[in-house]
Amino acid sequence: MNGSSGSAIALRGATVRFGDHVIWEKLDLDVAPGRCLAILGPNGAGKSTLLKVLLGLLPLSAGTITIDGRPPGHGSAEAGYVAQQRVFDPDLPIRGRDLVQFGVDGQRLGLPRTRARQVDPVIEAVGAQSYADVPIGLLSGGQQQRLRIAQALAGGPRLLLCDEPLLSLDPAAQEEIVAVIDRHRREHGTTVVYVTHEITPIADVVDQVLYVAAGRWAAGSPNTVLTTQSLSVLYGTHIDVIRVHGHIVIVGGDGTGVGPHHRHDDHVHDLHDGRPPEGHQR
Amino acid sequence: MGLGFLLQQPFAQHALVAAALVAVSCGLIGPFVVTRGMAFAVHGTAELAFTGAAAGLLVANNPVVGALIGSVVVAGLIALFGARQSERDSAIGVILAFGMGIGVLLLGFYHGFATAATNILFGNIFGVSGDQLIVLLVIGVIVVAVMGIWYRPLLFASVDPDAAGARGVPVRGLGLLFLVVLALTVTGAAQVVGTLLVLSLAITPAAAAQRLSASPLIVAGLSIVFAVVAADGGLLASFQSNVKASVFITSFSFAIYVVARLTGPLLRDRRRSRYQGHFPRQEATALRPTAELPGTPVAAASSEDGGGLGDPAIRPWASGT
Repeated sequence: MNGSSGSAIALRGATVRFGDHVIWEKLDLDVAPGRCLAILGPNGAGKSTLLKVLLGLLPLSAGTITIDGRPPGHGSAEAGYVAQQRVFDPDLPIRGRDLVQFGVDGQRLGLPRTRARQVDPVIEAVGAQSYADVPIGLLSGGQQQRLRIAQALAGGPRLLLCDEPLLSLDPAAQEEIVAVIDRHRREHGTTVVYVTHEITPIADVVDQVLYVAAGRWAAGSPNTVLTTQSLSVLYGTHIDVIRVHGHIVIVGGDGTGVGPHHRHDDHVHDLHDGRPPEGHQR
Repeated sequence: MGLGFLLQQPFAQHALVAAALVAVSCGLIGPFVVTRGMAFAVHGTAELAFTGAAAGLLVANNPVVGALIGSVVVAGLIALFGARQSERDSAIGVILAFGMGIGVLLLGFYHGFATAATNILFGNIFGVSGDQLIVLLVIGVIVVAVMGIWYRPLLFASVDPDAAGARGVPVRGLGLLFLVVLALTVTGAAQVVGTLLVLSLAITPAAAAQRLSASPLIVAGLSIVFAVVAADGGLLASFQSNVKASVFITSFSFAIYVVARLTGPLLRDRRRSRYQGHFPRQEATALRPTAELPGTPVAAASSEDGGGLGDPAIRPWASGT
């Protein structure tokens, strides 16, 4: 295996712009099969845009992309997609297993038919068998998210794309979801991509990090990208990366401000809004 | 007049067939109307059938064709102005108000017998002509065909638009297609039961069905059965009394809904207990502190980050919310 020939995901000089506005440019990335990539960065940095490119829903303005050596098909079954948790209405006339079945044939024409043979194995894989027949809206956020993962896995994807899958889940549920996805990755060699602005819950499972911010990007192992030096270069201002008890905290600012707890939350929030860190703004 | 004699009369036969056709179409689209939260779209397109009928009357002396063409225009306008779900109802309100005004204006220009246009507001189930029956049949066939072909992706797009879009389902295109189907169905139904009563066939049966099952196909089947029972049952009841059919149709429909609401929770509890016994419905946004660290300053919890989230240092994941 040399170059991009054996890569699950290979981007070469990939650029997306809308009109004159460059989202990110000249992006080079290789992810080997069965590895786990985290795409990090503030809101508006183009993380979801990259996800759309990986799904084949958005063409590149320049450069090339291949998934398993081929250009991505338009919403193809080769990529499973887990969206961020969104609460389903309690009256929604749909059961967990119906939601999972959509992952097999939801895009196809005809009447819906839910087949146990097709959905039971993945429902079991995510540990949702005891509540797969309950109306989806009656389940907890964590249970719903397990079923979304089952949906994404139902088509037997080589690549699993997770768009903020842990948002609005409590820490216990976050841990469970990460474990479910990672077990599947190890057992089936599925390549996993997380889009997130919170690295901490997935820090233990991530092999590779792509950090996008302000039209620039940095890629590599978590230990090389998530450093004070590399992120400071990326943002063009001083950024602190602090590791405390397994948490990775990315802090902008020059140390002025109130208590350390307060500053942390405030400044991370700034990063998420895509604004420059507070300390250097004024 | 006995029921047997009445059933041999063409007007009664037409009425029963028309009601059944309308009920099947309405019952079929009903679950999607409820799932997609489009009750107001049903009401809006139904009332705007009046404007279309007035225009058709004025231009070609044909209110039915006018109403049908008008309904497709209305569907397009709703899709155009109400692309986002949050703005759809206000867009419908805007279009509805202006459209009704246009309808009144158009009717003012018409010097003939205007009952044909106003009829569409109230419907006339016992005046269904052979031609109208054919129109209803064609609408019914179109609705059943479109729904039969696109049922699965439409359901996917209605339930989980993000995931459906990622799988290549044309979410917006299907939304427009459904609006057109809805407008055609509602316009056809309006001629029979009147615009004011369309809701009793397009929403009530589906809302009742949802209370009884969470299986998409069973909900669709129940919705159609309930709509047909209410429509034809209401007609048969009115044959045997002096009360108007629409009173019985709406009453039957409502009665089915009430029964479903009362029995639904029982079925749901049984279904739940069959599996895990108990499902705690935990609020996804309710983030609870996992630990209280001794000596943590209380002030941190009431800082500018909105308060209530507690000390971010002991829950770093809270910063993502």
